[in-house]
Amino acid sequence: MARTVLPFGPQHPVLPEPLHLTLTVDDEIVKEAIPKLGYVHRGLEKLAEIRDHTQMIQIVERVCGICSFLHALCYCQGIEALMKAEVPPRAKYLRVVWAELHRIHSHLLWLGLFADAFGFESLFMQFWRIRERIMDVQEATAGNRVIISTNVVGGVKKDIDKEMEKWILETLVKVEKEVNQLKTTILDDYTVKQRTVGIGVISKEKAYELGAAGPTLRASGIAQDMRQTGYAAYPELDFTPVVETDGDSYARTVCRFNEILQAIDLVRQAFAKMPEGELAFKPKGLPSGEVVSRVEQPRGEVLYYIKANGKKFLDRLRIRTPTFANIPPLLEMLPGCDLADVPILILTIDPCISCTER
Amino acid sequence: MKQSVVVLDAANTKECTSENIISVTKKLKDGGNRLITLSSADLGDSIDILYHFDLDLDLADIRVNVPKGKKTPSIASVYPCAFLVENEIKEHFGVDFDGLPLDFAGMLYLDEEVQKTPFCKIGINRVETQKQEA
Repeated sequence: MARTVLPFGPQHPVLPEPLHLTLTVDDEIVKEAIPKLGYVHRGLEKLAEIRDHTQMIQIVERVCGICSFLHALCYCQGIEALMKAEVPPRAKYLRVVWAELHRIHSHLLWLGLFADAFGFESLFMQFWRIRERIMDVQEATAGNRVIISTNVVGGVKKDIDKEMEKWILETLVKVEKEVNQLKTTILDDYTVKQRTVGIGVISKEKAYELGAAGPTLRASGIAQDMRQTGYAAYPELDFTPVVETDGDSYARTVCRFNEILQAIDLVRQAFAKMPEGELAFKPKGLPSGEVVSRVEQPRGEVLYYIKANGKKFLDRLRIRTPTFANIPPLLEMLPGCDLADVPILILTIDPCISCTER
Repeated sequence: MKQSVVVLDAANTKECTSENIISVTKKLKDGGNRLITLSSADLGDSIDILYHFDLDLDLADIRVNVPKGKKTPSIASVYPCAFLVENEIKEHFGVDFDGLPLDFAGMLYLDEEVQKTPFCKIGINRVETQKQEA
């Protein structure tokens, strides 16, 4: 049979994100995949030239809704390094709390979408129902469900009091219990395993060579997580990256599932060790110099390159998001797979095109 | 040393020429480094390209200065994943990468109607560049 070229996306019933792939298929087997980006390209990096460095916090929070807090954290860390601002200890712990809440709700969102992708709609609804508890916590602590605007250069601008802390910990007990109740369904179900085990395998060597990030990298057996570098209060917390070794779609699912439970544990540790004190140190002057800042988002490592010249506006802001890093590994997974598995494989890198195209 | 934030200076950022970038990246790859990404900044008459590498969470940076209008080699032959970010820099800054295995010809994000490279302070004419290539 002659080869056929299929446009896949940017609008597709299964895709939550506007990724476009040009697929060359032989019968129903994918032979080649070429990406096309640009459907949600906004040129946000360019705004750094006309918005001052504090206004840019609001801009980077809008690079991606799902990891808004972590974009702002990565950006603020970079500016703090350039301005030699020391973040107060309490702010470092509060940053861990919001960062891990983001990880929990992002992975719950992904698990729901993933279940929906192979037609398991009741499971999709269950994960999203649990996720609502985290969204309520975010709204109560930060005033917003999705865009968590609590970072400032030098710390955070909101606190969590003892009463709120107690309520969050009670909520996390419920979330943990409900997530564990779904463990058998998502990880042991026959249909789920048929669609994921041995599908889209990427070896440890290939994942590393192709620059994979986050759960896509760790599910191939590489224990690399930016939280190991010790930003915020992570050096004070007991933390080991979640690693799987099979490198297939199932391994990536297990990795994200276990990271939810680990994130819940990290929030508990952060509250247990959180000291009293100031929320932010207000730095003086304007940033000057070049800096590279990296943090671990739910989808993987994000990198910010900031170039400042001591003036009001930055010279350059460059953002490399984890989905951008995971596109080459995706292109490696697709050739040889069934056309029916393409949506599943795209979802297993947890794509965020809003992040990728900025 | 594992660091989340690294302020770049002459001590931790190595300068390299376009001619040597392939051999330098080959050495880094042989040493087990992962390519994180490339960053670029407009300096007026030239573009600074920073190559960010990671080895066990340790950051290594290589800086290459490319005069506007000059070509620089693509490192996609060493790190295949570099093709995507090299296309992005080509589109936004007008840097021509020699030997790109998959060249979007300035159309990765943008359409033909965008006349100039948008991320340069003084944009390079994208349409003329494409016509010359054709």
